[in-house]
Amino acid sequence: MNPFFKFIYELQEISYLLARSVAGSTKSPRYFPEILKQMDVVGVGSLPIILLTGFFTGGVLTLQGYPMLANYGGQGETGMFVATTMIRELGPVFSALMVAGRVGSAISAELGSMVVSQQIDAMRALGTDPIRKLVTPRILALIIMLPLLVVVADVLGLFGAAIIANNLFGLDYNAFITTARSGIQIEDLIGGLLKPLAFGFIIGIISCHKGLTTTGGTVGVGRATTNAVVISSVLVIIADFFLSRVIQVLLK
Amino acid sequence: MSTEKPKNLTREIRNNPLRVIPVIEFRDVFLSFDDKVILDGVSFKIRRGETKIILGRSGGGKSTTIRLILGLLKPDSGQVLIDGEDITNYNESQMMPVRKKIGMVFQEGALFDSMSVYENVAYRLREQKVSEAEIEIEVNRMLQFVDLAEAIDKMPSELSGGMRRRVGIARALVGDPKIVLFDEPTAGLDPPTARTICELAIKLRDLEDVSSIFVTHEMQNLNYLCSEYATVNDEGEVVFEQEGETLCLTNTEIIMLRQGKIIFSGKDEEIRQSQDPFIHKFLRGR
Repeated sequence: MNPFFKFIYELQEISYLLARSVAGSTKSPRYFPEILKQMDVVGVGSLPIILLTGFFTGGVLTLQGYPMLANYGGQGETGMFVATTMIRELGPVFSALMVAGRVGSAISAELGSMVVSQQIDAMRALGTDPIRKLVTPRILALIIMLPLLVVVADVLGLFGAAIIANNLFGLDYNAFITTARSGIQIEDLIGGLLKPLAFGFIIGIISCHKGLTTTGGTVGVGRATTNAVVISSVLVIIADFFLSRVIQVLLK
Repeated sequence: MSTEKPKNLTREIRNNPLRVIPVIEFRDVFLSFDDKVILDGVSFKIRRGETKIILGRSGGGKSTTIRLILGLLKPDSGQVLIDGEDITNYNESQMMPVRKKIGMVFQEGALFDSMSVYENVAYRLREQKVSEAEIEIEVNRMLQFVDLAEAIDKMPSELSGGMRRRVGIARALVGDPKIVLFDEPTAGLDPPTARTICELAIKLRDLEDVSSIFVTHEMQNLNYLCSEYATVNDEGEVVFEQEGETLCLTNTEIIMLRQGKIIFSGKDEEIRQSQDPFIHKFLRGR
């Protein structure tokens, strides 16, 4: 198959999976315990890495941003600089990339090994729709939990930035908080929380698709996992650009 | 279950329409993956209480046949009928009630490894929202049937290959399906364990009136299934009788597949007398 047809075919398969997982969430049986379990895995499980990523991203923004702003005499505005960068872009994108690495890989590896050990077939043979039971809860969990993780990352980022600014550059906490608050617009907050909804969805559908289409035994599971992480990460970054533009146009 | 016995059992059986309609029927089924032909015009029927043994080389379309019955795959042309119902063009949600009639034993057991033995066996009943008390009774009964009552709380990773296979059988038999499909259930097992699995299949066939397909390439299984008959003796124990002067098995037949075509169909005595060089080589290994 040439690459173009392969691409079209993948797109068709993903759309089909999407349609069936949406259908799976509208009709019973719904698997609420499964959704809760996945929310725990995605949300609570990712908390440590999100805390660390958020904190140090905020820190490094101050570290690099403060001296640069000082060139123009604007070092007092460090809070605003960090808050807008973090909330608009880095919080959502970095959280999505971390979750793609941690949760996306886990999903495609789990579903992939279920495919190669015939567990998916067994599930179908026992009268359960694997899309309803496995795919829908995972996508829902990602869509619900990723925005919450982004909030955590944003808060920790600002916290880290304030500490670095105070300890390394002697910037007053009050000045930091005031400029941060005046720098953030309501559009930034809306945009910063809409993006992770889309990112969560992208990570979920790509990882589930890659997992469920695994072929070729254990080697195939490894390949599927790599593909899931790479493709969802790249798509997150591409989608970020277009979403940023859409939000700019719509909310201005 | 009713305790009342029908007055005339033979007439009852003869008049039961399910007796007449084959439980599983393949009509001229073709299937290919890309350029590789897997099934090339396969037709056969399986009646109630009958076992069909499918023989053939690896990759010869044996497992594919089973996957077609479950609707996990769709044929390119031809029809697959279950209880006279044409399932060929059924979609996933239409297939669900059909799959309830079928128990499937997978090659390596295919147990859900995130669940314990109990949860694996209970899976189908939980999906059907049966009360937990009933589930517990049924799971215990099934695990006793496969002689694994002590492993109820173990995880699949703690079990040996033979135990996993038997848990797989217990899971397939929950809800007393009238069709049971065995996909190489004895592959890679030691002879005594393989024997117990064949005994289970014989018991299902003779005591529970189950129709089954038994995919295998081990001749020992064929000997067991074609020459032994399970009955209950006066003490209420299950005993296996050898086919011989007084007993002739008619409820087990063999199908042999080669390159997607049925090259033999009939009883075990016939296959042993066959002069076909391929069959000859298959039975004796040389």
